[in-house]
Amino acid sequence: MRTTPVEPPPFFHRGPSPLTRLTFFGLLSIALMFADTRFGYLEGIRTAVAVVLYPLQRAVQVPGEAVAYVAGYFASKSDLEAENASLQASLTAQAPAAQGYPMIVDENKRLKALLDVQARYPGRATAVGVLYTGRDPFTQKLFIDKGGDSGIKPGEAVIDEAGVVGQVTRVFPHMAEVTLVTDKDHAVPVKVERNGVRSVLYGAGAGRSPELRFMPPSADLQPGDRLLTSGLDGTYPAGLAVARVATVDRDTGQIFARITCAPMAGVDRSEHLLVIGQATALPTRPSEPVEADTAKKGSRRSRRGG
Amino acid sequence: MMIARAIPRFVPAGPDEILRPARPWFIVVTLFFGLLLNLVPMTGLALTFKPDFLALVLLYWCIQEPRYVGVGAAWTTGLVMDVADATLFGQHAIAYAVLAYAAEYFRRRVLRFPLWQQAVQVAALLVVCAALVVLVRAVGGAPVPRWTYFVPPLVGALLWPPLTVLLQWPQRPSRSPER
Repeated sequence: MRTTPVEPPPFFHRGPSPLTRLTFFGLLSIALMFADTRFGYLEGIRTAVAVVLYPLQRAVQVPGEAVAYVAGYFASKSDLEAENASLQASLTAQAPAAQGYPMIVDENKRLKALLDVQARYPGRATAVGVLYTGRDPFTQKLFIDKGGDSGIKPGEAVIDEAGVVGQVTRVFPHMAEVTLVTDKDHAVPVKVERNGVRSVLYGAGAGRSPELRFMPPSADLQPGDRLLTSGLDGTYPAGLAVARVATVDRDTGQIFARITCAPMAGVDRSEHLLVIGQATALPTRPSEPVEADTAKKGSRRSRRGG
Repeated sequence: MMIARAIPRFVPAGPDEILRPARPWFIVVTLFFGLLLNLVPMTGLALTFKPDFLALVLLYWCIQEPRYVGVGAAWTTGLVMDVADATLFGQHAIAYAVLAYAAEYFRRRVLRFPLWQQAVQVAALLVVCAALVVLVRAVGGAPVPRWTYFVPPLVGALLWPPLTVLLQWPQRPSRSPER
């Protein structure tokens, strides 16, 4: 025997048996899971524990950041020169667009005034860094280093330099959780840049490509088409790049075409992101026709009565 | 010479060695370090192979010191992990509670084997727990993860022998001052 069991004989009281305790805590877990998924009662507790854990999460990042800092300090001169040259080149390449931009903005403003369109972008954008990626293999999430104290709110869109990364789903005081466009429960209303066809891009989970579902096999889509946000949901501002159509499988035996897409943004790579303030509130949905509704209810009640 | 005798070598305790009871603060500190290791940000391949350090440490103490660490402590630790990983509330908790119960049930048998055979049994325990989490999440409508989901439990089992040596080191008898 390696150890001497230092347990007292069974007639000393040791509390409930392990099986009793397992049953109790198991049922408690199931109750918690139910409360979490169905009602969201536990966000307060989650926030409290997250605040306590935050210093620890920052602490374990210090070694990695220190190594990156030291490595960056000793970056070779040739690396910096190469980077400088490429930045200069891209700056020159963007110069015409940048110089023409004020004119376009001005033109756009006048056109919008003509069309009486409300400004879609509220103008607030917060640059954030990625703290770490979520470790839950069932969901696609990441955490950013700013939260409620920087004015970030749930539902705001998160983008990187190439396109949409995801959406803020939970906000803690100093950090926020972003659900990525590749998450299984995430959907983005999109339109095809080439022809304006509207659809919804659904995430499919880790390692699987997002899909456009419920599109007929005859839909005008080609591999390589760029998908932009349509802005119809009031969450994502219109016109942000989301994904590129990768494959279109038109099996006429099926009701819908199978269309997989590749996200434009570095969903699993980008370290610097931008949180875009919520698009202006959409007008409230018109209420359902009242008369038809009451008539139906009335008929049902009378049927039940009779 | 005296010091060399006083500090045990960094090898598994022999079958005839009687370990001293662990100090409660040592258990808490090791669990805390397990949590810290779990919080280290990782991406890509490292994330695929990353074992659940906290579960391993918890399992070790459930087997070695069931008086201090049992189902209740495991469940509480699991809740902390649920927040840290932003998973469903209760997902880690139920997995850790089942792990602690299994450890309490099998601990006498597990302790009789040499370390590498213990590791095989630990692998089975960890895989069953991982499968339980998949089951729980599948009921909630989550997609079934790819097979790589079961790599971390196996990596964890590989870490079992070194972890045991590390954690039992302060309890080795020859370290006591009266020897």
